[in-house]
Amino acid sequence: MHGSTPTALSSESNELHPATGAQTGAHLHAQAHDATPRLRGDLGVWLVILMELLTFAILFVSFAFARTREVALFNASQATLNLNAGALNTVLLISGSWCVASAVAAVRRNASVVGARWLLGALGCGGGFVVVKLGEYAQKLASGVDLSTNTFYMFYVLLTGFHFLHVVVGMLAITYLWLKTRRGRYSSHDCHALETGAAFWHMVDLLWIVLFPLVYVMR
Amino acid sequence: MPAFSRTQVWLILLAITATTYWIGEAGLSGHGSMVPVLALFGLAFAKGLLVCLDFLELRHAPALWRWLVVGWLAMVVALIVLAYWISLR
Repeated sequence: MHGSTPTALSSESNELHPATGAQTGAHLHAQAHDATPRLRGDLGVWLVILMELLTFAILFVSFAFARTREVALFNASQATLNLNAGALNTVLLISGSWCVASAVAAVRRNASVVGARWLLGALGCGGGFVVVKLGEYAQKLASGVDLSTNTFYMFYVLLTGFHFLHVVVGMLAITYLWLKTRRGRYSSHDCHALETGAAFWHMVDLLWIVLFPLVYVMR
Repeated sequence: MPAFSRTQVWLILLAITATTYWIGEAGLSGHGSMVPVLALFGLAFAKGLLVCLDFLELRHAPALWRWLVVGWLAMVVALIVLAYWISLR
């Protein structure tokens, strides 16, 4: 069949086919590269993330089982928590995560300025979380609540306090990454550090997603 | 689970948070009944899954890593619900 219309086909194979073939090849290569399973971020930091998840899992499950022994006390103590503040902080962390994910996507398409803006947005969300949480702690301290008040508050201070420290560490990392991104330090070819910071930040969000219904809502 | 755009994920997460808040605000968060607690932690699992797959990009990570983190989430949620069930005995 190829031989029957030599002129038309030869022009097609000379001009169109090789070009299309090359494009398809390049496209497939890019797709194959994208589709290769890859952990975004540094392996060492991912191992730290696994350790953190394990530590928080022990705390979450300990809280849930400690509650089975003192249900009335846990419910009464939980009623004093500020559900609005907890929900607002959930919104702030989720939005912060969205900002960081968008920053990574922007840097991957070499839009550093846009990426830096998204990181600034994430810092704003993190800052909001810190302010709300400190306000909550101030309220609790003023009403005489601390680690030794009862089992519920011991867990409340331990869980939210430990999580709070992670938010602060995450914010320090994002600040560093923001300064670097602003200067165009990262690009589609080199955004490993940014992906690593992003993974840590999303982990902080993931932990709060379990913490909020457990400590603030379930009764 | 289908892949959503980043902004869609964010909006879904906000909607689920609003539902969780409403469950708490309306006083439906348990009080000796399994159904609201299952709903509460079913929603938390859905939220966590979206963060794992789309924000942490585990959708495109080696399966072992995806299962480690999603397995962590499933295990924690299951144990919390189990503890709640035990508290009703």
